[in-house]
Amino acid sequence: MIRVPGLGVVAAAALLFLYVPIAVVVALSFNASSMVTLWGGFSVHWWGEAARDAPMRAALGNSLVAALAATSIATPLATAAALAFPPQGRAQGATRAIVALPLLVPEIVLAVALLLGFVLVGIPLGLPAIAAAHAVIALPFAYLPVRTRLDALDPALGEAARDLYASPWRSFRRITLPLIAPGVASGAMLAFVVSLGDFTIAFFLSGPGSTTLPVYVFGLVRTGLTPAVNAVSTTLLLLSVGLVAASRLLSNR
Amino acid sequence: MRALLAAPALLAAVLLLVLPLVLMGYVSTLERNPNGGVVWAVHSAQAWISVLWDLDFDGKRILNTDSLRIFGRSLLVAALTTVITFVIALPTALWMVGQPPRRRMALLFLVTVPFWTNVLVRAYAWVLLLRAGGLVDQAVAPLVPGGLGLLYTPTAIALGMTYAFLPLMLLPIYLSLEAIDPRLIEAAADLYAGRRRMLLRVVLPLARPGIVAGMALVFVPALGSFVTPELLGGGKALLIGNLIQGQFGALRNWPLGAAMAIVLLLLALAVLRAGVRR
Amino acid sequence: MRLLLILLGLLAALPARAQELRLFNWSNYIPPALLERFTKETGIKVVLDTYDSNDSMLSKLQAGGGAYDVVVPTGPTLAIMIKDGLLQPVDAPSLANFKNIRESFREQPYDPGRRFSVPYMYGVTGIAYDADKVDGAALPPSWSTLFDPPPTLRGKVANLNEVGENWAAAAYYLKIDPCTEKGPDAQAIYDLLAKQKEYVLVYSSSATIDRMASGEASMHMMWNGAFHRAQARKASLRYLIPQEGANIWTDHLAIPKGAPNPALAKRFMDFMLTPESAAEASNFTGYNNGIAGSDAFLRADLKADPAVNLPDAVQPILRPSPICSAASRDLQDRVWTRLRR
Repeated sequence: MIRVPGLGVVAAAALLFLYVPIAVVVALSFNASSMVTLWGGFSVHWWGEAARDAPMRAALGNSLVAALAATSIATPLATAAALAFPPQGRAQGATRAIVALPLLVPEIVLAVALLLGFVLVGIPLGLPAIAAAHAVIALPFAYLPVRTRLDALDPALGEAARDLYASPWRSFRRITLPLIAPGVASGAMLAFVVSLGDFTIAFFLSGPGSTTLPVYVFGLVRTGLTPAVNAVSTTLLLLSVGLVAASRLLSNR
Repeated sequence: MRALLAAPALLAAVLLLVLPLVLMGYVSTLERNPNGGVVWAVHSAQAWISVLWDLDFDGKRILNTDSLRIFGRSLLVAALTTVITFVIALPTALWMVGQPPRRRMALLFLVTVPFWTNVLVRAYAWVLLLRAGGLVDQAVAPLVPGGLGLLYTPTAIALGMTYAFLPLMLLPIYLSLEAIDPRLIEAAADLYAGRRRMLLRVVLPLARPGIVAGMALVFVPALGSFVTPELLGGGKALLIGNLIQGQFGALRNWPLGAAMAIVLLLLALAVLRAGVRR
Repeated sequence: MRLLLILLGLLAALPARAQELRLFNWSNYIPPALLERFTKETGIKVVLDTYDSNDSMLSKLQAGGGAYDVVVPTGPTLAIMIKDGLLQPVDAPSLANFKNIRESFREQPYDPGRRFSVPYMYGVTGIAYDADKVDGAALPPSWSTLFDPPPTLRGKVANLNEVGENWAAAAYYLKIDPCTEKGPDAQAIYDLLAKQKEYVLVYSSSATIDRMASGEASMHMMWNGAFHRAQARKASLRYLIPQEGANIWTDHLAIPKGAPNPALAKRFMDFMLTPESAAEASNFTGYNNGIAGSDAFLRADLKADPAVNLPDAVQPILRPSPICSAASRDLQDRVWTRLRR
């Protein structure tokens, strides 16, 4: 590869830029002071506060339920779509384009459209509506890892199986599925994290008992912050990082 | 038969994406309820007229310079975010590609982590850093005793947006750089002398799909974002996202909000198209 | 995959939702301990969802997401909801504890006869400032303090991010009808706010307490309960109720039309009308309430704070939040949008 001097400096600065805010949030969750920005010594006090906050726990529960539901919808749908057509060709290209559509629609537009759509059709707002919407925005994230995996697959394997008179289902179960499984798992986890992180759509589509954690944190930011927010943010961060790390490990295996 | 496998995903995309967008178009042609909501089945072109011509304080209909300025500002902010993230992402990606494979994987993971943190948490972290007497001010205190007072300025919005979208630029560029056949580079090195010419003539054209994808992935959400600019910009200068969200809240004009959302979508698609063409 | 299974197990372990009350309230506006006491006394579980503004709540109900049992609108929003048929009658006078409501909170313009609602908290919108930043000087109790701040505070001023509050403050200061529909009035209010904008650090209703307590802002258009909590953290803060007129607002408990459990909602209302409950809520929020006898249970520091326990002397300058016509509110929105275009 070409070597240009100074690249390392820019890259180091970029990584620093990416990690300083995260470090700040994590560090301040262990702050003894009730002032959000002043360091008052190490303490796990705010972790206890966060754990005792019943609405916060409920919101975390809602976020997990929505993410789980969205994942279990998006993953099979995306996997099936990825398997539908051979890697090259127009049909696969078209499928890929449609599945990727959510990436091209600004989130606020999609949120507004879904709100109006659900209202018009008479679907009540709430956790099921949020989960369905999250499934759609998670679709491209669940689809791409599987597709990548399939693209890298040696077509000779399938042909060999067919030569041995394996039924299409059997050849899928015994050959294709094990090979794409890491991609499926990786996509599922990305889908999970996409749902977990969404604020805009959950804000517009929330109904009774469906406040998700980001929406709850938004309310807290408005009325009164304590360092407990840092503790919750750190929890969310660890959860997301854990899932993405697992996804990476799986897709690299 | 196998083609049917794609049906559920396509159906979901149509039902939960295309159809709602169409219904939103329908709502934009409805009469507004002055207290919020819409009067169903009563149609009106009012919303579409208001996008461009709105009532002035004295009730006269004038060119809606307020909306135009807000749309213009949003385009500018989105474009600026795209440029800044590109300027940071390209050298970083070039450096990453030059690393040994094992370290590359670790780096790739490192740069994606911030993207998976919550948008509110990200914005909030910058509030903590930039506020008067915050961590940045504390850090520069020996040099600038009064502090920089960066929060609630355009600089704060730029920082927050760059932060939020950098990974989306970095990833596709990195992936396309990584896919370049090293033999092409070697051949180029034989033919051309300078590094700069090689970069401009060979590497960048080959990385173009990644660059275009990165720009699209940053520009589209940047254009519609409203939480980051509101928390970091201090509510002093609205963006389209705020304006649209407001129509469904304090401004109580759902049809106008729907019409503006359609304009935003078309704007995003037009810019993307122009970007892909060139 | 295993992770998904574990999560699925967690999902199944979630308790079934039986006798439950769905409360839709401002965030941080009711003490969790009070809700727990309600559950203990009645066996009714409370599911709490929160919102950040009247408008968020209103549009949620207009969107048909209104399967809440109790909502908490401010006066003018309550009037709109009644007019648009978004609430169901509760016939508050039939509640056992209705007698506890103070006289002045029974008859009010938003819900004549209290057919739909009972009062919750009330407060005023005034000006908080840091006396240390003006060498301990006492600033005049006038909106001019906010609109033309002392030089040392310029650039450190924060306004609430609510069109109604900014509009009302400017209107009172300029002696304009706060529900005006006239173009020249709107222009005058716009000019005042635009001139003040040079001194404004931020328009925000979020984290006002933290903003003043941390010294990030030195002056804040602020609700009195928030001020009380901020002053507990920074003693040099002072509060002004401008003599030209200051908004006094009341939040009310009401039952939306599609409420699944109106009977439970009424029990909750009745529960909140007891002096003990009202005082417990006040002690948490920092705002006073409209329930007679709750004083006895108020925290001493709240009772002693003239910013919260308003003295009779300021009563004449308090103006109940006005119910404006749609035309006036459109004008207000236009000014508010142009101010930040």
